[in-house]
Parts: sequence; C-alpha cells; structure tokens
Amino acid sequence: MSSWADRVPAVAMAMLLAAATARAAGPGHFGYGTVPTPEQIAGWDIDVRGSDGAGLPPGKGGVSRGEVVFANQCAACHGTFGEGEGRFPKLAGGQGTLTDDRPEPTVGSYWPFAPTLFDYINRAMPMPTPHTLSSDDVYALTAYILNLNNIVPNDFVADRDSLPNVRMPNRGNFIWTDPRPDTKAAACMSACVDPATITITSTAEGKDLTPRTTGPLDDMQPK
Amino acid sequence: MAARSQRGDAADAALGRRSVLGLGAALTGSLALGRDAFAEQTDAAPPSDAPWSQSLGAGVVDRPYGRPAAFEAGVIRRNVPWLTAGTESSISFSPLQSLNGIITPNGLFFERYHAGRPDVDPARHRLMIHGMVERPLLLTMPDIMRFPSVSRIHFIECPANGGMEWRAAQLNSLQFTHGMVSCAEWTGVRLSTLIEEVGVRKEATWAMVEGADGAHMNRSLPLEKCLDDCLVVYAQNGEALRPEQGYPLRLVVPGWEGNVSIKWLRRIKLGDKPWFSREETAKYTDLMPDGTSRGFTWLIDAKSVITFPCPEKPLNGPGLYEIRGLAWTGNGKVTRVDVSVDGGANWTTAQLHAPVLSKALTRFSLPWRWDGKPALLESRVTDETGYVQPTITQLRAKRGTNSIYHNNAIQTWQVKADGSVFDVQLG
Ligand code: HEC
Repeated sequence: MSSWADRVPAVAMAMLLAAATARAAGPGHFGYGTVPTPEQIAGWDIDVRGSDGAGLPPGKGGVSRGEVVFANQCAACHGTFGEGEGRFPKLAGGQGTLTDDRPEPTVGSYWPFAPTLFDYINRAMPMPTPHTLSSDDVYALTAYILNLNNIVPNDFVADRDSLPNVRMPNRGNFIWTDPRPDTKAAACMSACVDPATITITSTAEGKDLTPRTTGPLDDMQPK
Repeated sequence: MAARSQRGDAADAALGRRSVLGLGAALTGSLALGRDAFAEQTDAAPPSDAPWSQSLGAGVVDRPYGRPAAFEAGVIRRNVPWLTAGTESSISFSPLQSLNGIITPNGLFFERYHAGRPDVDPARHRLMIHGMVERPLLLTMPDIMRFPSVSRIHFIECPANGGMEWRAAQLNSLQFTHGMVSCAEWTGVRLSTLIEEVGVRKEATWAMVEGADGAHMNRSLPLEKCLDDCLVVYAQNGEALRPEQGYPLRLVVPGWEGNVSIKWLRRIKLGDKPWFSREETAKYTDLMPDGTSRGFTWLIDAKSVITFPCPEKPLNGPGLYEIRGLAWTGNGKVTRVDVSVDGGANWTTAQLHAPVLSKALTRFSLPWRWDGKPALLESRVTDETGYVQPTITQLRAKRGTNSIYHNNAIQTWQVKADGSVFDVQLG
C-alpha cells in the first residue's frame, strides 16, 4: 500500500511541509484531544494548596467524628492515638525532637501546613482504599489528627475557612530555596591526606543488616 | 563470612525461584558448588563437546517475549524487607553489580511506589492539562503519541539512594547502597510542546503534576523547568513503559530527584504558587542539625561509585584488574572521574567511556594491578559546573546525619587481602 505522500506531487508536498513548520506553535496548533468539560475537571481537580488552603472543598468535620472514623479506617495501621503500629508511621508526637540525635518527624512536629493534611488524607488514605472518603470525613480526620497533636482544641471544626488559619508548630523552620552546593570539595590529586591518619570509622561488616544479594529474595526482618 | 558474598551469579540459577525447564538435576547441583566450580567443570570444556553442542535447541517463538538466561536468575531487583511496613509503599534496588554499560534493562530498573503498582488500562487512561492555561485539554494515549516525539537517555535516582549510610556504613552491598538509580532511553513528547499547545496564562509560574495511582502522587515544579527539558514519555528502551515505571505514561524530569518524575501521569495543572504537597513538605525535605529543613531540593548532585570490585563482586587473587564504575550528575555532563586505591591520599584520573550524555549514567574505568595487599577504593566525580563529589565527612559537617536525602558521598570499598570487599567509611 502506498502512503499518501507517494501520491502527492513534490511541489505540493514541499508546500505542505512548509505550511506545517512555518507557523510558530501556539495554543491549539496540533488540535489533538478534547476540551474537558467542567464536570470532568471537577472530578479530578482534587489538589489543595498547603500554604493557603486554595482548593479546599465545601464540608466540615470535628474532632469527635474524626475519632470514630479514625478508629474504623486508620487505627489498624496508625494506632488508636496515632502512635503507629509496627513500622507504620506515627501521626502524633515528636514535638521538640527535631534537633535530637533521633528526631521524630510527625504531622505535629514536622508538617508546615495544615491544609496539606487534608489534601494527603483525601488523595492517599486509607491506604487500602484511597480517595473513597467523603469531604466531611476527611475534614473530621484532619481535625482529629491535629487534636492528637495538641494543635487544635477538642471543639475544633475543620473546614475550608478554619484549616488555613491553623498555625503548625514547625511552620517557620523551612527554607524553600536550595542552598546547595554547600560542600566545596576540591579535586586534589596527590598527597591529599596523610595515609597514617586514614582510619576506618565504620564498617558494614558483621552488622547483619544486609539482605542477601544472591539466590531468591530475602525476607530479613529487624533483629 | 566472605563465602556468602563470594558465591557467583551462576549459583543463583540453582537457588533462584524461577523453575528452569530442561535443566537437569546434575547440572543444577554442580552449579551450586560456587565460583571454583568454573574451573572444575570439565564436561563441557575442551576436549569434551558440551551437551548443548550435541542436541537441538529450542525454536523461534519458544519464548515470544524473550527473557534472561536461566543462569542469570539471581540478577534481580531486591528490597530491604525490614526498611518499610510493607512492599506497597517501598523501594527496590537495581543490581548494579551485575549490569554493564549505561542502560538499565527494563526488568531491572529500580522501583519506588507509594501505593503499589497500578495496572493501568491505556485505553482508559487520560492526561488532563488545566489550571492557568488558555485552553484546558484532555488527551488519550493515541493523542499523546501523535505529538512530535523525542528520545533521550536520562538517569532517574531516588534522592534516598544511600540514605541509610548517613550515620555509618550499614549495608554491605553495592545493590543496597547505590541501587536506587537506573538509566533508560525515554521516548515521548516534550512537556513544553504540551504546555504550548494549551497556552500558558501569564500569571502561571508553577505546575502541579499528579499520578493516577492510589497515592495520587503529586509534586510542584517550576514552570521554567517544565519548559526546559521535561518529557512526557510512553516508551522506555524501545518498548512501552513497564507498569513499574508508570505505564502507560510518566513524566521524566532530567537530573532532578526521582520522586518528581511522576509515574502513571494523569494531570498537569498550572498555577502561580507551589502546592506544598505532603511529598514536598513531610517528605523529600532535608532536616538539618539545627532543626531547620530544606525544601524544594530537587537537584541530584554529582555522584559516582565503583561497581567492580564491590562487596558482591570480590577480587580473585592478585593481578591485573579493571576498576569499573558509574558516575552521574543532575547538572549536566560528567567531566572527570578520579580513582583512589589508598583511601583518598592519591588519585588517578579514570577513562570515561562514550557516550558521555547530559543527565545520564556515565561509565568509567581504570586498569589496576592489585598486589594482594589491603586497599581502600574510592571514586570521585567532577561535573561540567566544576562541582566535585564530597566525602561523607564533608557532607555531615554541613548537614548532620538526619537529612535522609541527597547523600552523594564518595563511597569507600575496603579490599581485604583475601579479595573480599566491604562497605566502610573513613575518618
Ligand atoms: C493499611 C495501613 C494503613 C491504613 C489503614 C491507613 N494508613 Fe495512613 N499511612 C500508611 C502508610 C504505609 C503510610 C506511609 C505512606 C508513604 O509514605 O508512602 C501512611 C501515611 C499516612 C500519613 C502521613 C504521615 C506522615 O507523617 O507523612 C497520614 C497523615 C495518614 N497516613 C493518615 C491516615 C488516615 C487518616 C487513615 C484512615 C483514613 C489512614 N492513614 C489509614 C498506612 C495506612
């Protein structure tokens, strides 16, 4: 089967190509696809901006309702009070530990913005059935987790107006411009360090943390 | 101790879970003997004629979709089961110790999921582009494939690669210390083409990119980066993306931390501020010793590692070897790699192997005559901006030990007199 190009005279072909390339690409240049309907956009337009809550939907939920939903949908992994079962993340506590040797970053100790909590629960939780909760339930869960962290009182009701005004304890400690490169290493070539001073400060040998790298997959658990 | 790490890949075939059709029990048994078995196996070596030389092999389409030789069954992605609560929000590591060249085979590309691997039907998948645009757009996969296509080779590295080594040498393995990096040839459409097609409203300075997986994974990107070199891709090393890599559509953000290269890409929204999603506030931010955190640290700094020898691939007696390794940088091209065999006192510049591509893995090698004495092997990359890979001590001096991400320190491999190799850190 000959392609359409074989059948178009060379001059006409050259003109076609020129027409296709001369025009600077702008909106609708290719014309593929469709314009989504407002309903289509609304169904997927779930994002909430952390810094000011833009995108938070209508609805509301309080701490006590959140406690009930949490017990049913979340506690199996995160623990009744957000303490975290096994290796599942802790959702509460850790305030004041960020400069410790072993810091505990949680919603309460680390997260800078409360609306982000609504956004994340709404988009990603509960882990086995994400994005299946009503906005009211997500607001209630947000209120409950903030309350577990002593950030809001027992009578707090989360909604699109209240959440952006919640002041997260760690809000002021983020720097949003990358300070790297922060190391100024030089590519020294010889006698860079006195060999006598080189010491092994740590080794993985004998630590028994490494799963096997041959044979079938390892199911190594913490000792 | 060393026996475990010295077991050759051939032994993996015998231990592997994949059943090996037609592989006799006698052969399986002999392979399990280990690396010295190579010397002892004489039934197929001259003057004997091997069994496969005296029989008929399988025909074409015996395997309509090819797979590696049964003897390579141990060359697989592996995970650290104790690291995460389950495998659905977790990571697996590429077996760098067994790979050659700069391209990662599709089945061995490292995995990172936040809600497991969705199996997306391409006929039902859509990409929506909206927000601060002139004309929102909904595209099907055939629509996307109609746009002008480009192919580019780029690495993707999870910024948590090496994250378990901030405090001390922990994992005695190249696969587990460095395997969260892989490199592929990606084919798709430039993100700039799609953004020009919808038209940017002048207030727009940021884009939010989002996946169709259960995590609805989302990140913010400066519009400038989107228009620079980002790709919306449907193919990986010549075939459709693997489900593990975002089939049928993913974003590739060259040189930036892997998390922003959203897989199963379904939505791009333009806006005038970043979104501060959970993955760019609670995660993928770097906690400093003074309690402050760095956010939007997207760049992958220059990094290199020696892939041979390594804990999984020890040395077999004194003599001439080729030290081999990989180097990469989010800044562009690798310009030089230096290798030390004495713990960083003296360095020799290694040879870079073509192609040396921007934001791609780059191979280096250096011949080395090993005298059989203990040695401390290191590699150090310099990139086209003049940035030099730091030591772990230099990194810790700036960032402490709790920042998890962006550990691009020089790796030290300790070679013992018996040829075994260990992950160590120097002071
Ligand atoms: C099957 C176990 C499971 C269930 C049930 C579950 N989660 Fe999670 N949750 C996880 C895991 C695992 C993570 C970490 C995911 C990741 O980092 O990718 C997580 C993360 C979170 C986080 C973020 C923690 C942090 O500090 O980053 C929040 C908040 C959260 N879950 C809330 C909830 C809520 C609310 C529910 C109930 C509606 C819920 N989860 C149900 C497993 C679960």
